[in-house]
Amino acid sequence: MLAGLVVLVGFAGRWGEVEPGKLLHHLAGLTSYFGRIMPIFRADHLTADVAEWYWNFFGWLKLLFDTVLIAYLATFGGMVCAGILAGLAAANLARNQAVRWVVKRLFEFCRTVPDLVFALLFVSAFGLGPLAGVLAIGIHSFGTLGKLYVEAIENIDMNPVEAVRGAGARFEINVRAGSIVGFVGAGGIGQDLFVAIRKFYYTDVSAILLMIIVTVSIIDVLSERIRHRLAPVESVG
Amino acid sequence: MSTRHYAILAGDQAAVLARHHALLAKPWQQRVAEAGGPVAIVGLFLFSIWWLDISFGQIGAGLTALFKFIGLMFPLSTGGHLHLFLKAMGETLSIALLGTLAAAGLATPLALLAAKNTSPNGILRFLVRRLLDVIRGIDTLIWALVFVGVVGLGPFAGILASAVSDTGALGKLFSEAIEATRAHERETVVASGGNGLMGVRFGLVPQVLPIIAGQVLYFFESNTRSATIIGIVGAGGIGLQLSEQIRTFDFDQVASIVLLILGAVGAIDWISGKLRFAIIGGQQPWT
Repeated sequence: MLAGLVVLVGFAGRWGEVEPGKLLHHLAGLTSYFGRIMPIFRADHLTADVAEWYWNFFGWLKLLFDTVLIAYLATFGGMVCAGILAGLAAANLARNQAVRWVVKRLFEFCRTVPDLVFALLFVSAFGLGPLAGVLAIGIHSFGTLGKLYVEAIENIDMNPVEAVRGAGARFEINVRAGSIVGFVGAGGIGQDLFVAIRKFYYTDVSAILLMIIVTVSIIDVLSERIRHRLAPVESVG
Repeated sequence: MSTRHYAILAGDQAAVLARHHALLAKPWQQRVAEAGGPVAIVGLFLFSIWWLDISFGQIGAGLTALFKFIGLMFPLSTGGHLHLFLKAMGETLSIALLGTLAAAGLATPLALLAAKNTSPNGILRFLVRRLLDVIRGIDTLIWALVFVGVVGLGPFAGILASAVSDTGALGKLFSEAIEATRAHERETVVASGGNGLMGVRFGLVPQVLPIIAGQVLYFFESNTRSATIIGIVGAGGIGLQLSEQIRTFDFDQVASIVLLILGAVGAIDWISGKLRFAIIGGQQPWT
């Protein structure tokens, strides 16, 4: 088995064009990259430095707000559609095997195709902007939540609280996804991040990344609290 | 005692209700919360639609375009690029495999430093944990963009990106697995004359190895999925072909590529699922 793995790694190295020399050659570039995206702080005019680092704070804040709303719409839409379809599939459980099979494959398809692929497709169809992002992330959530709901319905009855809790966990993931779909023009903060990385606006990269990380952590903490309020801790799976 | 009994037996519900009024009535805060929850959820939904400027006209036009695209997908065609697609798929699988293995290699020492029971000191442990948090907070696709800037276009950038971004996640999972081990075995090794490192090797590694192997396989599966898209930013793999075909509206080829991806992901899931089951039985990889 180990020999098989070594052979596989050898093949993968060739296919993947692994060039350790290239990495070493560029290693200095990598470390200096992280040095360059760091903001410069001088003790004597710290506020001015922070202001310069976050020169577009309110613009980015608005885009982050867009991102969170994109994630919210996607989660909500995905949850409602998945709930309805999972319910329909379960209602047909006894009578019609075919419906159940089709619905399950549909969920699987929506789950397996990456959301960015949907985003690319939807940007072509619906035009640039948040709608494409909402639909792309929504379809992915639809697939994941649908699987969850069908499994729950097949085993035992699930209460609505649990259904919402599944969607809550999904929301955090969707905020992350929402900050990425902008890479292909589907709205949110991703567009600005993409431009900042591509055009080497170094300190903008760290400023935006920090804002995303902080936002995701806040949502993490908040949704944890809401989930604990919805249901006592011991029943959390 | 006997009077209360008597009241219930007599079916005097009104009296019982009156006596326990405080227990049965919900406090007004709870009533507001119960009614306010759904209202807030729907309200936020409507607000989002307004804020993001989503119009139904846009949806209608988009759906028309989308159905046209779907119509264009059939019959499937590879446009004579099948060998290109297969090569790109090979790149994707290579990125997933090498990225996961490199991440596992990088994550192991970091996890030993981050776990409570193996870390040499508290400050180092704190720093390593924060480092893992930051790495984990940044998406694979962002790492891919960064590495494209550093080592240039191609799958090597993708390998580095998935290696770094998974180091964050695997480091955390490994350290949790290490913390969940029993100290007993290590103490036995040390008590019979081994040093600390030997304790880790013979007392700890056998306990965590099956869990770690399960997690690595699981990440290989999920990396196969993420490696299909990092090509969109130029980091190698099938994603580059996919985004090219979407941009040039060659939807018959798009459909073939998507099928290829679904097939490859399904096959990897199946193989890895079998291996995982063989290693750890029915257990979930993250427990």
